[in-house]
Amino acid sequence: MIRLKNLVMNVLGDDAKEDDSIAPSSVMSLIVPRKRFAEAARALKKDYALLAGEWAADETAFNRGFGVYACYRREQEYLIVKTEVPVDDTTFPSLTKKFAAAYRFERQIQSLMGLTPVGNPDDRPWIKHEDWPADAWPLRKSFNAARTMPRVPGEYRWIRAEGEGIYEVPVGPVHAGIIEPGHFRFQAMGEDVINLEEKLGYVHKGIEKRFESFSWQEASRLAARVSGDTTVGHSLAYARSVEALTGTILPERAQWLRALFLERERIANHLGDLGAICNDVAFAILLYQFHRLKERLLRTNLTLFGHRFMMDQVVPGGAAVDIDAEGIKTILAEMDWLAREFERLVIIYDENPSVEDRVRDTGVLKPEQARDLCVVGFVARASGLNLDCRIHHPFPPYDRISVNVPVLISGDVHARAWVRVEEVRESIRIIREVLKTLPEGKISEPVGAPVPDRSGFAAIEGWRGEILYWVQSGPKGEINRCMVRDPSSVNWLGLEQCIHGNIVPDFPVCNKSFNQSYSGNDL
Amino acid sequence: MIRILKQIFRTGIVTESLPPVSDPELEKIGPQLEEAIKRRFRRSLAIRQVDAGSCNGCELEIHAINNPIYNCERFGIHFTASPRFADMLLVTGPVSRNMEIALRRTYNATPPPKLVVAVGDCGCNGGIFGESYASLGGIDKVIPVNACIPGCPPTPTALLQGILRAIGG
Ligand code: SF4
Repeated sequence: MIRLKNLVMNVLGDDAKEDDSIAPSSVMSLIVPRKRFAEAARALKKDYALLAGEWAADETAFNRGFGVYACYRREQEYLIVKTEVPVDDTTFPSLTKKFAAAYRFERQIQSLMGLTPVGNPDDRPWIKHEDWPADAWPLRKSFNAARTMPRVPGEYRWIRAEGEGIYEVPVGPVHAGIIEPGHFRFQAMGEDVINLEEKLGYVHKGIEKRFESFSWQEASRLAARVSGDTTVGHSLAYARSVEALTGTILPERAQWLRALFLERERIANHLGDLGAICNDVAFAILLYQFHRLKERLLRTNLTLFGHRFMMDQVVPGGAAVDIDAEGIKTILAEMDWLAREFERLVIIYDENPSVEDRVRDTGVLKPEQARDLCVVGFVARASGLNLDCRIHHPFPPYDRISVNVPVLISGDVHARAWVRVEEVRESIRIIREVLKTLPEGKISEPVGAPVPDRSGFAAIEGWRGEILYWVQSGPKGEINRCMVRDPSSVNWLGLEQCIHGNIVPDFPVCNKSFNQSYSGNDL
Repeated sequence: MIRILKQIFRTGIVTESLPPVSDPELEKIGPQLEEAIKRRFRRSLAIRQVDAGSCNGCELEIHAINNPIYNCERFGIHFTASPRFADMLLVTGPVSRNMEIALRRTYNATPPPKLVVAVGDCGCNGGIFGESYASLGGIDKVIPVNACIPGCPPTPTALLQGILRAIGG
C-alpha cells in the first residue's frame, strides 16, 4: 500500500516528508515543498495515478498559513500530497496541466479560499458568482459566515463561438422540469452542439463553512443533507472520516447494516434514473413502471427504517436503526419480487428499437476523455474505467463481499444505463448476502473526542460513485475543516465533453444519463 | 410490442386511493383536492416547481407525487414548464443567495393571482442550512408565501395535503 508514496519519494527525495497528522493507516500522506507540488503530480500521472480531489484548508489557527491538498488514486491506493502556503504569499502551482480535473477544483479553491493557482488558465470564479465581492473568501477563518454578502457589479465571461449561422441557447438556472438549478450555455450550428459550458453554484448553501460551526455529532445531519438523493452515501462517508479521525472501531453489525442501506439507496436511485432516461426518449411506460418499483422500496424503508430515504440512519459510530427477523423476511421477499419485476422491464428496454435508436451512440464520453477528466462511478465504468471503491478500496463489510461491476467501453447513454441495470442486479444479490450474514450484536459504538490538529479521510462508493470526505480537527478538537467531494464535482466535466457533436434535443437524455447532483457540487 | 402490452395488463392500475396510510383524516384529501381544484381552478391547477437551493431531497418527493401510485394528475394537478402558465409556485430550499434573483424573476413572471407554497423544513425556515452568507433562510425572506409544508422532506401525502390547504379546500 505504499507504492504511490515511494514513487513520489523517489522523485522528490528528502523534500517529501511523511505527514503524520492523517489518522487512518490506509491512506498515505506526504508534505512537499510548494515549488515541487506540481512535480509530484507529474510523477504520479506518469505512473497512471488519477486525481481524486484537490482542496485547501485554513490552518492559521495552528500558526501555519494554508494547506493545499491533492488526493491521488491508483488501484487500491490513495495518496494525499500536501503543500503549505504562507499567509503573505497565497499562491500555489496549478496541477491543471497535468490533470484536467484540477481545473475546477482550483477555481473553487481560489474562489472560496482565496489562494491563487499559478498556471491555471481560467481565473473566472467557480461556485462563487460574479456578483460577490472579489475578496469574499468564505472558507477563510477570518470570514464571518453570518454576514450578508453584498452584491457588486460583475459579468461572467462565457466562452463564445463565432461565425455565420452560429447561435447560442442559454438554459436555466430555472429549468423546465422538476430538477435542480444550473445554467447551461450551448453554442450550436443548426442542430449540432459546438460547445456546452456549465455554470453552477446556484445552490451553494455554504455547507462546508457551516460544518465548522457544528459539533461532530450534529454535523452528521448536515452531511445527510449535502445531496438528498445520496443521503446514506454522504452520511456514511462523513461517519467513516470521523471514525478514522477518532480511531473508533465499529461493531460488526453496524458495518453490515450500513451496506444494506447503501445498496438500497443505489437500487432506488438507479430505478428512478432508468425510468427518467426512458422518459426523455419518449418511452413513458418505463418511467411509470420503474417508478412503481422505486416507490415500493421507499415505502419499505419507511416502515422498517422510519424514513423513506433512510436519512440520519447512518451516524458516526454506527447505525441509528436496527432490523429484526421480521424485517429481514420482508426485505428478502421484496428482493425476490423486485428481481422478477425488474427483469421484465429490462427486456422491454432492451428489445425496443425506438429506445435503442436514441440511446446508442448518443452522448459518447470516450475512454481517453474519461481518464483525462478523472470521472468516477457509473460514468467511469460506462467509459472503460474500472473504478469502484467497493472493490478497489473496500471499506467493511465490502472486504468480505465480492462485488462484480460491469465495465463497458462505448461510453454512450446506453452504456451508462446498462451499467446501472447490472448494478441493480448486483445490489439485489449483495442485499441478500448481507441479510444472510448479518452478525449479531450492537449497532453503534460511542465516538471519542478527536485530538487537535489531526485529519481523517474516507472514500466510499455511493450510487453515483466515489464520495470523499476529509475532516480536520481544530485546536480545541472541534471541526476545523470538512471537505466534501461529491462524485458530481468531477462528473459534471464529463457531461460538457460528451455533448459535442450531438444535437441540442438530445441534451436532456444525455444529462439524465449522468444525473449529477447540483447540490453536492455547489455545496 | 406484445411484451409491452402484457406488462401493461399484468400491472393493471396501481394508482391508490389516497392515502396509503390508515389515517381517517387523510382519507379525504384526494376527493377534497379534486373538488377544490374543480371549483376554484376550473379542473386544472398548474404548478411551477422552483428549486431555490434545496438539497434535492424535496424534489424526490415532488417527483413521487407524479408517479403512478400517487398520480396527482387525476386530481387536476399538473406541473408546467413555464411560470407564465402557473397558478402556483411550489418552492423548495432555503433560498440560496445565488438563486435569489432567479427566484424573484420567476415570481414576477407568474401572472397574478398566484399562490406560493414553501416546501420542506428548509423552505419553511431555512432548515439545517439556516441563514448565512450563502443561504437567506426560508422562502418568505424573499417572496410572499401563502402556505408551508414542513418535513425533511415532506412525504408525498403531506405534499398533497399541503397543496390542498394552500388552495383553501
Ligand atoms: S427540507 Fe430536507 S429534504 Fe428538503 S431541501 Fe431541506 S434538507 Fe433537503
